Formats: sequence, structure tokens, C-alpha cells
Amino acid sequence: MTAHFLQIENLARRFPQPGSKEPTTVFEGVNFSIEKGEFVCIIGHSGCGKSTILNVLAGLDHPSEGHVIMDGKVIEGPSRDQGVIFQNHSLLPWLSTLHNVTFAVRARWPKWNRARIREHSVKYLEMVGLGEVLDRKPAQLSGGMRQRVGIARAFAIEPKLLLMDEPFGALDALTRGVIQEELLKIWARTHQTVFMITHDVDEAVLLADRVLLMTNGPNARVAESVIVDIPRPRERATLHEQPGYYPVRNHLVEFLVRRAKTLASAARDADPRHTPRTVNPVKPDTFPPRPALVRSG
Amino acid sequence: MLANLNLRAAIVSVIFLITALGLWQLATAPQALTGAGELSEYEMLMGGASQPSGIPAPSQVFSHAVDELSRPFYDAGPNDKGIGLQLAYSVGRVMAGFGLAVLVAIPLGFVIGMSPVLNKAFNPYIQVLKPISPLAWMPLALFIIKDSNTSAIFVIFICSIWPMLINTAFGVASVRNDWLNVARTLELSKLRTAFTVILPAAAPTILTGMRISVGIAWLVIVAAEMLVGGTGVGYYVWNEWNNLDLASVIFAILMIGIVGMLLDGMLVQVSRFVRYQD
Repeated sequence: MTAHFLQIENLARRFPQPGSKEPTTVFEGVNFSIEKGEFVCIIGHSGCGKSTILNVLAGLDHPSEGHVIMDGKVIEGPSRDQGVIFQNHSLLPWLSTLHNVTFAVRARWPKWNRARIREHSVKYLEMVGLGEVLDRKPAQLSGGMRQRVGIARAFAIEPKLLLMDEPFGALDALTRGVIQEELLKIWARTHQTVFMITHDVDEAVLLADRVLLMTNGPNARVAESVIVDIPRPRERATLHEQPGYYPVRNHLVEFLVRRAKTLASAARDADPRHTPRTVNPVKPDTFPPRPALVRSG
Repeated sequence: MLANLNLRAAIVSVIFLITALGLWQLATAPQALTGAGELSEYEMLMGGASQPSGIPAPSQVFSHAVDELSRPFYDAGPNDKGIGLQLAYSVGRVMAGFGLAVLVAIPLGFVIGMSPVLNKAFNPYIQVLKPISPLAWMPLALFIIKDSNTSAIFVIFICSIWPMLINTAFGVASVRNDWLNVARTLELSKLRTAFTVILPAAAPTILTGMRISVGIAWLVIVAAEMLVGGTGVGYYVWNEWNNLDLASVIFAILMIGIVGMLLDGMLVQVSRFVRYQD
């Protein structure tokens, strides 16, 4: 087996159900891997356990079965190797913009002196266009600016793996677009490994190298791994002119609308240790469907 | 508009003050004597009709206040000290008792707030001890400590501790999970998490507890000093009551109110530094 940077093996999460001895299985048999420097989005309907998978990768939650190996080590708890951007910015409201970032940078590199911490933090805040508001408190920033501080904070600690849980979910569409492009720029400069949850198909197509599709919960699985075969650098304004755009987008939408549900019932009979089918909607012949592998074989 | 609002409020305030003082002055005006020249048996007993009527008029209280405030720190023996000196004794006791309570309540509240087990374990005791009137501890304190001044401080300590303990525990327990997760993903030590995340997050709640405590302590010290005697503004009020010097009593009541307001105001200033807007 080739060693992947991040390897998720047979992950399952079950919650005890009140009034029943049988626990509810949110997801099970989740297998996938992520390479270093890859930008991977995961899409699925609410309740399929995307956030739980992310929390397991962050070390904030523990799986009922299976494990996660990052860089040759099993993830057992939260660490500075995994940076997290939460849905609701989670900035410390009593600290200024700058200090929210220096707080994290100081924790990451305790031996750095003040000037170095500040310089490093300002660099990342400037990357997201917040060089002018270093002294403002989060309450004095707009929603978009707060989320940018969260992005700067997460990138500034240069984690091995950056996890984002619907980072733009609470933003209006215009702001979201602007920040998506900023995220693309900062990612292009740093080449972080990113795992991101989203509900927005266009966002996934714009940002991701690969999109993981989950079937509906309970008993959700990662059914497909869709390659976004669109050249970079990508821009929002011209993305839809790319030849690969519509095939990928249509494939994702079609999955979410139709197959997420039908596959969910089919999955119960399938091999518990299945790996997601790799699909390239732009060049469908590259990875022909292999039904024999999906079923028990 | 704001200046206008302040101005209008000030006008209403002043009108209210003048009306209240006017009514007070009218109510205490010396009544025309019925049957001039004849003294009642009581008046004769008291040495004549020149006795001031029972409640002093505001003008009398005012002139008395000017007199007292012109020499606040004189000390002419155990029963004759300036109001400033008496207030200083009381404030000193409150500060000592309150300070001790801060030292106990905040660390203990922190521990209780961080541990759901301790929270549940201590809650019944706190609920039983909290409603006890602090003065009920006085006999026990006097017996065990055997020193009236220290007993008064103990009573302040015991009454200040509960609001701070409860608020600290509540503030610490309700720190947002997101913020704790930030600390966890940054691998902060427990101690650093406590000082850099939990303490600032809970500080406004803790300060609210401190304000409630200092308010209660100031209420209780007057009563406690009436019991233990010797010094302090509570003793002063009781002493002047025994002297039937009601102008001094009313003056002291006003001073108690003003000092109480200043104590609260100080903590309001402190809470400005720790307040944050979420």
C-alpha cells in the first residue's frame, strides 16, 4: 500500500440512542486519503456526519471505529498539526484582530520573540487584506472580516492539515465570493493541505482538487471521489468558461439531488470496507466505473 | 439630542429634590404652641419648651453635615470621632473581609466551574449556606474568634463569598466551547488555558459577582458594627440614636449611601477593563 499523507481507515461513529439499545450509526466504513498539498472538499446533505468526520480529523472527537493516520502517526487528540476554522469564526472577543493571531502564533512557536511573532502575524493578516484593522476588536468587524481573521489565524500557524467547517456558511453571497478568491490566493502561496466542508457546489468546484461525496445519513458513506479537472489558477469570473466546469458541476448536483438518497439505501448491502469510486467527469474514460469493486468482492 | 435628554433628566431630578426637601421642611416646622406658656409634664421634665421638635429639618441636617464634614477625622475619645474616621473603619473592615473572600471565592469558583463533579458535589452546601443571614454567624464568630473586630471581618467574609463563588463557577462553566476548542487545537496547557482563555471569558461574570458581594458587605457592616460596637459607621449611627441626635443619624445614613455608591462605582470602573462585546 502506498503511504498517503492522510489516511482515513474504516471510520465509523455511532451515538447511543435514547430509548433504544441499538446505537445510531451516523456514518460507517469511511475510507479515503488525502495527499500533501491537496485541497479536498466534502459535500453531503445535513446529518451525514461531515462535521463529525472533521472533528475526528481535528482530534476533537473520537471515532467509534477506525482511525486516522496523518504523516505516519495516528491522530489521537487535538494538536497544532491540525488547524481548524470553525463555522462561527470562534475569535476571542476580548482580543484585537492582531492579538487573536499572535495568540495562536505564540502558542505555535513559544521561543519566538515578540517582534517575530508580530511580524509573522501581520504578514498573514495582510494576505487576507486586514492590515488596516489590526487594533479592532472582533465586534467592530463585519462578518466577512471576522472570518478572514479566522483564516489568517489558521494559516499563520502553518498546520500540516487545515480543516474548515463551512467557513463561509454564515456570509452573504457577495462577501463569500470575495473571500473564496482570497482563500485561493493564500492557498496558492502556502500550499496547505486542506480538508473543507461545504454545502455550496460552486464553492467546491472553484476551490477543490477533489470533492468527496457522501450519501445521506444515517449509515452514511463516502460514495465517490470526484476529480475537479480544471486548471489553476482559477477565477470566479472565468470559471464557468472552462470546459471542465459544467461536467463537474452537473455531476455533483446530480449526485446530491438523486443519488445521495438512492445510494444510501443501496450502501447497506454493500461491502463495509468499500473505497469511494474515483470519478473524473471531465474525462469519463480515465476512471471507468468498477462496480465489481464497489460490491463485495 | 443626548445633551437634551441629560438636561431634561437633570431638571426632573432637581425638581424632585426640591419638592422632597420642601415637604420635609414643612413637616418638621415647629408647630405653634397650644396654650403658650404652659409646659406639658414631659416638657418640664426635659428642661423646658426650647426642645427641638423630634425630627430635624433638612436645614438643620445640612448645617450639621457642613460642621461634620469640615472636620471629618477628629478623634475626641471612643464616643466622639469624626465621620470620616468612622467610615474609614467600616470601609477597612469591608475591604479586609471582601478581600479575603475574593482570595477564596475566585480560585474555588474556578475549580468548581471547571469540574462538573465538584459543581454537583458542592452545590447543595452552597445552596444551604448562601441564604443564612451573615449576622446569624456573629455569636459563633465571637465565641470562636473572641475578638469583636475580627468577628465583624469574618461576617463580611462569609456574606461576600457566595455571590462571587456562584458567579465565578457559572462564568467559568459557561465559557463557550468554541473558545476552549481553539485552546485545545493550539495545545495550550491547562494553566495557560485558564489564564488566557477562561479567565478573560469569565471576567465580566466574575466582576458582576464582586459587585453584588461588595454591595451586600456594605449593607451588612452597618448592622455588624451596631452589634460589635466600638468604631465604624454602624456604631456611630447607634451611638447617635442613643444620644437622640437624629441630625447625626440622618447625616450618617446619607454618608452610608454615598460610600456604598462609590464602592460600587469603583468596581464598575474595573469591569470596564474586562468587558468585551461578543
